[in-house]
Formats: sequence, C-alpha cells, structure tokens
Amino acid sequence: MARTSGIGSRAARTALAALIAALFALPLLSMVLTSLKPTEQTLADSAALLPEPLSATPRYALDNYIGEVDDDGIVIARGVWTDPIVDFPLFFRNSLIVAILSVTGAVISSAIVAYGFARVRWKGRGPVFGLLLATMMIPFPVLMGPMYIIFKQLGWIGTLRPLWVPAWFGVAFSIFLLRQFYMTIPRELDEAAAIDGCSHLGILVRIILPLSKPALAVVALLQFIAVWNDFLGPLIFLQHREQFTLALGLALYQSQAGNVPWNLLMAASTLVVLPVAVVFVLTQRTFVEGIATQGLKG
Amino acid sequence: MTGLAFVSPWIIGFCVFQLLPICLAFYFSFTEYSVLESPLWIGLDNYAGLVRDPVFWKATANTGVFVVLVVALGTVLAIGIACLLNTNVWGRTVWRAMVFLPSLVPLVAAAMVWMWLYNGELGIINRTLDPVLGAVNALLRTDLRSPDWLGDPGWILVSLVIMTLWTLGNAMVIYLAALQDVPRSLYEAAAIDGVSRFGRFRHVTLPMISPVVLFNVITGLIAAWQVFAVPYIMLGPAGGPGRAGYFYTTYLYDNSLPYLRMGYASSMAWVQLVVILALTGLILWASKRVVHYQGGR
Repeated sequence: MARTSGIGSRAARTALAALIAALFALPLLSMVLTSLKPTEQTLADSAALLPEPLSATPRYALDNYIGEVDDDGIVIARGVWTDPIVDFPLFFRNSLIVAILSVTGAVISSAIVAYGFARVRWKGRGPVFGLLLATMMIPFPVLMGPMYIIFKQLGWIGTLRPLWVPAWFGVAFSIFLLRQFYMTIPRELDEAAAIDGCSHLGILVRIILPLSKPALAVVALLQFIAVWNDFLGPLIFLQHREQFTLALGLALYQSQAGNVPWNLLMAASTLVVLPVAVVFVLTQRTFVEGIATQGLKG
Repeated sequence: MTGLAFVSPWIIGFCVFQLLPICLAFYFSFTEYSVLESPLWIGLDNYAGLVRDPVFWKATANTGVFVVLVVALGTVLAIGIACLLNTNVWGRTVWRAMVFLPSLVPLVAAAMVWMWLYNGELGIINRTLDPVLGAVNALLRTDLRSPDWLGDPGWILVSLVIMTLWTLGNAMVIYLAALQDVPRSLYEAAAIDGVSRFGRFRHVTLPMISPVVLFNVITGLIAAWQVFAVPYIMLGPAGGPGRAGYFYTTYLYDNSLPYLRMGYASSMAWVQLVVILALTGLILWASKRVVHYQGGR
C-alpha cells in the first residue's frame, strides 16, 4: 500500500503531516479548552492554551456547561445548559426531532427509489436518472423564497415540518449512492428470489436491504450531518423560539446576550459539535465495514 | 410501471420542492411581490433594477473573489495534503482524521470558534502573531501590526477564505480515494523510464485523478457560491465594515424575507441559477482537453 515515491524522507514527511494536522485540530482544541476556562482566564494576558485551575479545582471544568452550585446546593452561576434566557435543552430536543424524522425519511425513501433505478427496467429510466443527478446542482438559495411561500400555503411555517418532510421524498445524492451500491449486488440473488415467487418489494426488503447496511449507514450519517449543520433552512422556515434548532439557537445565544463571555460561547459551540463528533467516532467502524464489504466483491 | 412506482416518491418531491419553486421564482421575478399582497406584474423591472443596484454588484464581486480564492486554493491544498497523507508517513490514519473532522463541524459553531481565534486582543492568532511581529519590527525598524481580521475591510475576505479552507477535509478524502485507485504499475513504469518525481506527478497522478478534480471543482464552486452562514454570524447581517463580508446569498436572503421583496429576490435566484449552469458548462467544455478518462470517453 505505502508508496515511498514522495518528496523527502519519511521522518520529514511525518513531521510535515503532523504540523498540518495540528493546524487543522487547533481551532477545535482551542474551543474545547476555552470552554473549560473560567471567564477571568479568557480575559487574562497569557495565551495559555490549557485551563489553569483544572488541576487545582477540577470541579470548575464543567461550570460553563452546568453552572456552579455551592456546598449547600444553591446555584451561584448559570452554565450554558441551564441558561434561563436561551433554552438549550429545548433546542437540542428540536434538533434531535428533526434529525430523527429526516434521517428515517431519507433512508427509507432513498432505499425504495434507488431500487427503481437499479433493479427495475422501465421506459425513460436513463433520462430520469440524469435529471436526478442534475438536481444535485440546484442551489438551495434559489429555491428558498418560493419554498417559503409553498410552506406558508400549507400552514407549515412556524412548525418543524419544512425541515424534515422533504427528506421523505428521497435525497438525490443518497439515491445515487444507494443505486451504485445495489448495482454491485449480484443479480442472481434476486433472480433466484423472483423464481421463488418474491415480488420486487420482497426482493428489496429480503435481499437487497440486508446486504446494503453499510451504504444505508452512510446515507443516514450524511443526512444527520446535513440536517444538524443546517442554518439557512431553520432561519427561513422557523419563526418561534420554541421551535429553534441547536444551530439557530447558538446564533441566537451569541446575538441575543450581546457580550457573551468567550468561555460560555465556546461551551455552547462544543455542545453543538459534540453529537456530530460522537456520531463520527461511532460510525467510523461502519465505514470500515462498508469498505471491507465492497472489497470482498472483487 | 413498477419502476415508475418505486421512483414516484422522488418524482413527486422533485415536482413539489424543486420544479414548482423554480417555476414560481421565474414568475415572481417579473413581479413586485411583498409576500403579504399578491404579485404585481412589472415585466423586466427587477432585472433592470439588479443592473443598477450597487449592493447587488458589491455582493456579486465579493462572492466572485471568494469563490475563485476558495476553489483555487482549496483544490491545490486538498490535493497536496492528500498526496502527503497517501505516502508512508507514520500515524497517517490519525492525521487523516484530524484534517477531515473540521469539515463535519456545524458552520454556526465553526463561525463562533473562528471569531474567537480571530479576536483582535484575546484571539490565539494575534496573541501568537504579536510577539513575532514585535521582534521583526525591533530588528528591521518596521511597523508591522497584526491584522484586525474581522474589523478591517481589507482583511475580511482573507479571513473568510482561511476559515473556509479549514473545512477542505471532505475534498481531501475524495482525492485520497482517487489517489489510491491509481495503479502502482504506472508509477513503476514511469520510474523505470527515468521520469522525475515531479514528472510522475504531472504525467501520471494528475491525469489519473483529473475526473475527480473536475467533480470537486464543480461541486466546490456551487457550494462556495452559496456562502452565507459564516459571514452572517461572524460579521452580522450587514456583512461587517464596508459590506466586505456581504455575499450573493446574503443579499438574496435579505431581499426575500427581511425586506419582503420576493420578486427582486427571485430575479437574483434566476441569475444565480443561470450563472451556475453557465459556469459549469464552461468548466465542462474547457476540461475536455485536460481531463483524462480511462478507456476513452
């Protein structure tokens, strides 16, 4: 696998790679470490990366998240999660609802549509598939104004529906990805099932889907990331604060409170990034499995 | 019929959530439409208005410069880093994950983090830069100062480009996969023929990954043209001093809901659609001679 044709010695290249990787990691590292610092330290002159009192009083570390409670159990300072003005637990719940509904919808609908493109022959399949690929190029800002009007007519503005219902009609890139994956599954398997009297739906559910788990996981992951990160969609379609998603809530937190201390802002940002990071770490194995499965076919 | 039945969810979704909005935008673009009242036909006035609108041109120019810088620098850096992480460096899976992770960070959070890094007095960048520039100034009797990253109109675009390059991990991973697909035999043959390292990159690597470069350039262009969340949060809705961080999508958004000029916004939407299609067509046409497809076309 490894090639030695690169420039410079292996040690020099490793050093360069480590330096570049460190530069990419620094912003997130700074975010997490700042979120653990008390306010005075973020304002102090020293550029120290590490939170100072971490060693002295470990209890400090999570103050910015859950607030500070004295020995008698009385709340002295509010953390991000317990902020009385900006309700992060609620935003977190909203984001989770949108993510679950839209990931479920995207996986189910894309899996069905992809089957129509990969396994059933019908007139006009080629051109329609070409159209599907072309729609991936349509920028969301071009659609957002009229979509607002459509959702307003449907009475959906001010609800979470505009953020997850469209995913139930298939996501172009996911359909493409699954179609490519289905094509690698040997046709003999569904032909044998068809002889046994299996319908198309039966073949999809009993043969294709069980073999496509890694690809379905990738679709779920991509949809989760896209929805969790979306800012413009919620900004346009949501109206009431009770419906805000985490991304929108974070922006509100920063603008609303005016001079939010940096350590609290970084704690809030860490809360938004955390689920994505956790999902990434958990699904890395699925990715490897997916690659391994594809490797077996050769 | 069965095939169409399977595909029908997407066809319905496409008609309702894409085709209908595009057609509506086309119609609205010839009207004055405040959302609250019904659209009023005004012919080509919106398009004529765009041509005379200095804010439109400012936003378009900012976006154009941003797109060119991000796509050009992003392509070079992503290929460079992918090449480096494709060699036998120690711990490369770790470096790959570290470069990739930022591309997953929600843009709102990324904007917050970079506001903190760019902060003039407390930010880690200027805190590192200040002593270095101080030493240089003392030595060369110059008067160099750390930039006011998000406060100086001359630096705002640069700051946004640097921040955006931080998220190139996605493209890097795609290049990495493409590099791993290049047959080793090609490099070995080239090495036997006495081709230099640079020659091997130029005549083996680049042609072999060129279809992927084309794909990444087009998707990168479309994505960069939509820049919105990061400047909107970092610099505020107005785009900061001198509107230096005011972009096409920002103006499109402002016109549609905050200003309630849906007709005008729709004309911008159609201009964007046509520009994107034209640029993509231009790139595809220009790439015909450069991009190498294995086994002919």
